Amino acid sequence: MTEALQKLPVSPLAEESLARLRAAAAGYSAEQLVWASGYLAGLAAAGTGLAAAGTVTPAPAQAADPGTRLTILYGSQTGNGRAVASQLAAAAERRGVAAELISMADFPTARLKREQLLAIVVSTHGEGDPPDDAMELHRFVSGRRLPALDALGYWVLALGDSSYENFCQTGRDFDDRLAAAGAKRIAPLVECDLDYAPAAEAWSSQVLDEAEARLGRQAQHPAGPQLRVVPPAPRFTRHAPFAASLLVNQRITARDSSKDVRHIELDLEGSGLRWEPGDSLGVVIRNPDRVVDPLLEALGLPGDASPIPGGPTLREALVDQRDITGLNRGFLEAWAAAEPTGELAARLESLRGAGLGRWMQARHVVDVVREFPAEIEAARFLEMLRPLAPRLYSIASAAEFADEEIHLTVSLLHYEAFGTAHWGAGSSWLALDRGDGDTVPVYVEPNERFRLPADDAPIIMIGPGTGVAPFRAFLQARAARGATGRNWLWFGDRNFASDFLYQAEWLRYRKQGLLDRLDVAFSRDQAEKRYVQHRMLEQAGELYRWLDEGAHLYVCGDASAMAPDVDRALREIIAGATNSDEDGVENYLAELRRNGRYQRDVY
Amino acid sequence: MSLPEQRPLAEVEGIKAASHRLRGTIGGGLRDEATGAIADADTQLTKFHGIYQQDDRDLRTERQQQRLEPAHSFMVRVRVPGGVCSAPQWLAMDRLARTHANGTLRLTTRQAFQFHGVIKRRLKPTIAAINEALLDTIAACGDVNRNVMSSPNPELSGLHQESWQLACQISERLTPRTRAYHEIWLDGEKLPDSGAEAEPLYGPTYLPRKFKIGIAVPPWNDVDVFTQDLGFIAISEQGRLAGFNVVVGGGMGATHGEPDTYPRLGDVIGFCTPEQAVNVAWQVVAIQRDFGDRSNRKHARFKYTIADRGLDWFNAELAGRLGHALAPARAFRFLSSGDRYGWSKGLDGRWHLTLHVPSGRLADAPGRTLLSGLRDIALLHGGRFRLTPNQNVIVAGVRAADKRRIEAVARRHGLMHDQLPSALRREALSCVALPTCALAMAEAERYLPDLAGKLEVRLAALDLLDAPITLRVTGCPNGCARPYVAEIALVGKGPGRYNLFLGGSFSGVRLNRLALENVDEDTILAALEPLLAAYARERLPGERFGDFLHRSGGLSGATEVERKQA
Repeated sequence: MTEALQKLPVSPLAEESLARLRAAAAGYSAEQLVWASGYLAGLAAAGTGLAAAGTVTPAPAQAADPGTRLTILYGSQTGNGRAVASQLAAAAERRGVAAELISMADFPTARLKREQLLAIVVSTHGEGDPPDDAMELHRFVSGRRLPALDALGYWVLALGDSSYENFCQTGRDFDDRLAAAGAKRIAPLVECDLDYAPAAEAWSSQVLDEAEARLGRQAQHPAGPQLRVVPPAPRFTRHAPFAASLLVNQRITARDSSKDVRHIELDLEGSGLRWEPGDSLGVVIRNPDRVVDPLLEALGLPGDASPIPGGPTLREALVDQRDITGLNRGFLEAWAAAEPTGELAARLESLRGAGLGRWMQARHVVDVVREFPAEIEAARFLEMLRPLAPRLYSIASAAEFADEEIHLTVSLLHYEAFGTAHWGAGSSWLALDRGDGDTVPVYVEPNERFRLPADDAPIIMIGPGTGVAPFRAFLQARAARGATGRNWLWFGDRNFASDFLYQAEWLRYRKQGLLDRLDVAFSRDQAEKRYVQHRMLEQAGELYRWLDEGAHLYVCGDASAMAPDVDRALREIIAGATNSDEDGVENYLAELRRNGRYQRDVY
Repeated sequence: MSLPEQRPLAEVEGIKAASHRLRGTIGGGLRDEATGAIADADTQLTKFHGIYQQDDRDLRTERQQQRLEPAHSFMVRVRVPGGVCSAPQWLAMDRLARTHANGTLRLTTRQAFQFHGVIKRRLKPTIAAINEALLDTIAACGDVNRNVMSSPNPELSGLHQESWQLACQISERLTPRTRAYHEIWLDGEKLPDSGAEAEPLYGPTYLPRKFKIGIAVPPWNDVDVFTQDLGFIAISEQGRLAGFNVVVGGGMGATHGEPDTYPRLGDVIGFCTPEQAVNVAWQVVAIQRDFGDRSNRKHARFKYTIADRGLDWFNAELAGRLGHALAPARAFRFLSSGDRYGWSKGLDGRWHLTLHVPSGRLADAPGRTLLSGLRDIALLHGGRFRLTPNQNVIVAGVRAADKRRIEAVARRHGLMHDQLPSALRREALSCVALPTCALAMAEAERYLPDLAGKLEVRLAALDLLDAPITLRVTGCPNGCARPYVAEIALVGKGPGRYNLFLGGSFSGVRLNRLALENVDEDTILAALEPLLAAYARERLPGERFGDFLHRSGGLSGATEVERKQA
């Protein structure tokens, strides 16, 4: 590893400084070196506004002429899109293909007409919405001001979740609009589901091959001062999670609540896992028997037989290999093809564009199997299902508070529908099947798009329901650091008496002066439903004053209703306070987003 | 008199002084939606408005684990001088119990209504509704004169009528003058002197502690007149009210392990005319305002002022303030501190039905729909209701023609006293205690039915089911159910453990004595069984259990009151 240091291109460090760095690094193990690289990256990002970990700094010559290289443009909410784009950028560099990695949030719209080779990675959220960092560019591309783009060749990789009706819609929008503006689609749009990795890799290598053919390979790395930052490779991943043991599984809604929400504490001792407030914890779950049994029964297939000789039994495969609860289009289409009466196909056809999303949301795989019976072989059935995805939960504790344990806030999904009980696979496995000392395989899923600002900046946190989880981490971190910025928390749920998650902690923080304001909305405590957005409008003047004083605003929680409602309220507040029209409000919000002052983690 | 020792004032004194006449920050606390509580200091002030912050102690540990604050709610006590209210007022209280409280209505040992489980956001609407019913909660708790008691039914006789009128006059004259109540709860307008209103009686720090006044009409001592800070005993001559004997310095509260605190029966100090009575009350309260202990709240009741300084000092101080000495006390005799159950006929020929309410709790339980029963009676009757000092209710002023219908409704809902299995249960009292009272150390109201049932098994075997014996259970030594004058009393010491007191008199003129300390139910039953057996065997005709214990056992020795009465 020391050798690698010596091979750095032209060093920006004076000889003496470089010698000191070499001397310090000489004693490090491989693991320590990886950690140190991340540390230095953090210093660079914080101190100089240089590249954050994982980005490649564009050389000045490249920035001057976007025509001579590949521009990798990403829009990402949860970090997957950013990860794919970063990997593409890293691969380009390895192959000597000139490339620039840039977030849609940082991409001036006017630059689009100067681009010649553009690889777009963009995800879709909720009901076909773009991620926050893509909003401005998406709006520009969708609007009438989009110029002719005759010189542009492009690819689009769309990420999404096929359990939503408007799956990959944002990617489709970019693909359609660029083509409509005269740009050349080099290869057809690629749509990825939750298990995006294989498709994304294939797409990336195709992009690189074509880019190399067009741009050629650079003889050597571009000259000029450049600090190459290697992100520390996570030690634990979804494929190799850390086996945390459960310390606490405590219900935190009162006994008469309509909900069962759990506060979960996991022991990380010895893992070395690191996280920042705002990150999520990936939990590699197993499908509980309460979900597997009814499915096996509905299928009428024996659970103890192995579909593939020598492989796992059907039950085993359903327990820890396949996603068997939520529906997605791939499964529905495959099942419809296998279903002999054609009823499901007809139903899907009739629902297309008219409530298919809601229809899918209400049902699990087992409901389709029951309602539209089909004779099917076990192996074929397994193929129809998506791989079992880890479940992501916002981390509810800060390392500054306790670095050897990690807290989650998990709402148990349980409802009766179509004559049977429906359980969330991940939430019921965690809440009901994991007790003291049980193992929970986990890894950290960073979320660079949900980060605390400087310690002296005020923050407004809007986190109804379990959306409040990351703000617990935020406040713990701010308390531990002695951060001076003011803190304003908004919480909402159904009933004050039973559903006020972590109420005692917020009240303590308020008493201690850490929490400057604590505002709440409980929807079912009065005749008319009252939500956080209604209370925000009541506090419009004060909210705007905070924004005007530089507050960073965070929204976490439900993406389907809450986040859009809060966004609308925010627009109304800004419109009222600044006396601006829709464009003015949009510009105001775009400015906030550009400066990281309007961050959302919605799901 | 010498100045009291210079000791630091109790914390509550500072809160009162800084409260702007009992306002504090209550208004802001009510608007804070993030907590079901109000600020700590304000919880002292709302008491003066008849409101106690409490929490469900059954849920305390569980909610702590759930990271939720305690299940806060408020007890709201309605001031009802002499316990007199109309049917429309009854129906208003019934509605509030169902819509704003926990579905129950409690009749207190001071003839007041009590709501439990009123959550913060329902407080203002509750007070507003009480106000609409022409009642209020002002000074129902706090360091002021509390609800003035009087022997319950004014329609029973002229004496009762005049005693009740005195109760109302005293209540009116001794009510605090601050408009804080109207501003906070009824959106009353702020005036230039808001926060600095003149309090001619109380001054800016009110009394050192609560103050209780009751008026008895012999031979009924249902108000337990000797347990009041200030008592009046109506004296009749030729069937007309001549005036009142004045009783000072009674009180029940004590603290476990602090011998300086104790229950005390009041002393009869003289006689006043009906015209003098309100001024006597005013001046007695003023003396307590000036001389009561403001440094130690456990020693701040009027009884300690009397005990520490002596009756001679007090009589001189009172005479000085009145401008005359009281006349010598007149003769009187009490026979009972219980209620007269069933029908009785008043002077005007109307009928009155006294119904039994166990521990004063009106609720609807399967087979015993007491709350609904009284609502049905109120709808049918349209007349008046009287709350008794024994937590019961009198349906008053019934025409002879309506008797049968009303009794039928009462019987259907389990409200008639003869539907109870024993006279013991009829005479039993208990305080609220767990789960809402913050002071409770043991169960009281929830335990009384179990205990009574176990005693009834023994009473049945001894053929004593019809023997009226006063049994009182409290969750702590503060004595809300006046345990220290009962024939049998259990005073809570810890979960499932009580101090057992024995030998009070049925007429409430004698304190009982501590018989066993910190004992469980088995020990209590084992101790009572031989005493009850001896009572069954050896009692004289008409002899009460408490009197029997004194005559036969180690509880002898007449008290001061008994001697004075005799």
